[in-house]
Amino acid sequence: MRILIVGGGMGGTILANNLARRLAGEIRDGKVKLTMLSASDKHMYQPGLLYLAVGRMVPDDLYRDQRGLLEPGVEFHVDPVEEFRLDRNEVKTKGGKVHGYDILAIATGSRPMPEETPGLAENAEMFYTEESALKMFRRLQKFEGGKVVIAMGVPHKCPMAPLEIAFMLYDYFKDRGILDKTRIHYTYPIGRVHTLENVAKWAAPEMDRLGITYETLFNLKEVDGAKRIVKSEEGSETDYDLLITIPAHRGMEVIEKNNLGARGWIPTHRHRLNMEGRDNVYVLGDTTNLPISKAGSTAHFEAEALGENIAAIVKLGAPVRDYDGKVFCFIEAGKDRATYAMFDYQNPPQPRAPTRAVHWFKVAYNKLYWASARGLL
Amino acid sequence: MAARRIVDARGSFCPGPLMELIAAMKAAQVGDELEVLSTDKGSANDIPEWIHKVKHELIGTTEASGVWHIVVKKLK
Repeated sequence: MRILIVGGGMGGTILANNLARRLAGEIRDGKVKLTMLSASDKHMYQPGLLYLAVGRMVPDDLYRDQRGLLEPGVEFHVDPVEEFRLDRNEVKTKGGKVHGYDILAIATGSRPMPEETPGLAENAEMFYTEESALKMFRRLQKFEGGKVVIAMGVPHKCPMAPLEIAFMLYDYFKDRGILDKTRIHYTYPIGRVHTLENVAKWAAPEMDRLGITYETLFNLKEVDGAKRIVKSEEGSETDYDLLITIPAHRGMEVIEKNNLGARGWIPTHRHRLNMEGRDNVYVLGDTTNLPISKAGSTAHFEAEALGENIAAIVKLGAPVRDYDGKVFCFIEAGKDRATYAMFDYQNPPQPRAPTRAVHWFKVAYNKLYWASARGLL
Repeated sequence: MAARRIVDARGSFCPGPLMELIAAMKAAQVGDELEVLSTDKGSANDIPEWIHKVKHELIGTTEASGVWHIVVKKLK
């Protein structure tokens, strides 16, 4: 049995390690071959980019060697896939190598697309890549006050990021002593300050308390950099001195080029996680088209369900459990308080008031992540 | 006849049915109809509110067995 994992992010890595442990005997006996193909020999802790942008992490904190995160039973190649030949159960890599498979798992992730909104890439700061987060950090260092607008595209990775950056910027400006010269203005695409109703019920009064103003039903349409104005699809506009964006995302280009899914999102069964119409192709993490958060925890819980199921297919001939839509997201409410939201397809989150304890657990998780990627948490 | 695309947002708390619709609308062509499936009764209010504000067209809203079917048309 040949199991091929394409993508070395959180979902692919947890799945690979999960399977390597569950199928250790089969791998040792040569009955199973477990292979991962990735575009990089480095693994990035993507949630750390938020902290990098406000000077609370440095780039070294974000990376580990990918090979070192993987169990010995995983054959790892830095050679990204260029062609998915699903009818022949094989892929072809950039290096020209063809890998056949019996089971394929696709976890290629997503990419920020600020260039899809006119004027956005040239005029806004963001924190979704190392380069952009460092640029935002340097811009913040030079900022001496004015109106800071937070605006976002849809869909975006990490749905808590808009709130987190708003609250973290508040503390950042406070610590720098320029809060009295700074106004934070938060915009959001739907009719409340967060898509999770219970999170919005907590966050709106918190913004009121801190003096963070907000405008809802504001979908980014274009940015006029000369006039420093952001315009919305709904017809409103707001001026800015510093524009921070959470840009719209798409799935990876290789998914679109191979016609696996519109805008790079692969149609995926919400419980079994197989690609629609393909029984031996599974999808996890940001790459799915599922109506759930594009977040590391989603990839984590999907990988655990998928690991159990693929191992069961090898050992029993059939999967044994459904993915229930579970997501767990920390929500930083500033530099020293946090809360969290946990939910699934059936149960909405019930977030509690932010505490220092949850913040410190999040800080600990920023380190524990590497154990999580190894499949130990 | 323009295409009608299903936006299956049943069980979606985050990003939620309206966010799913906004994303799907971006990928749709002018004249396309989109049918949102939602298990959140709030969708029956917040989707029409957004459609009205952004000046697309609400075709209709029905409910069956706890699932709201909200059909909209992209106008611009």
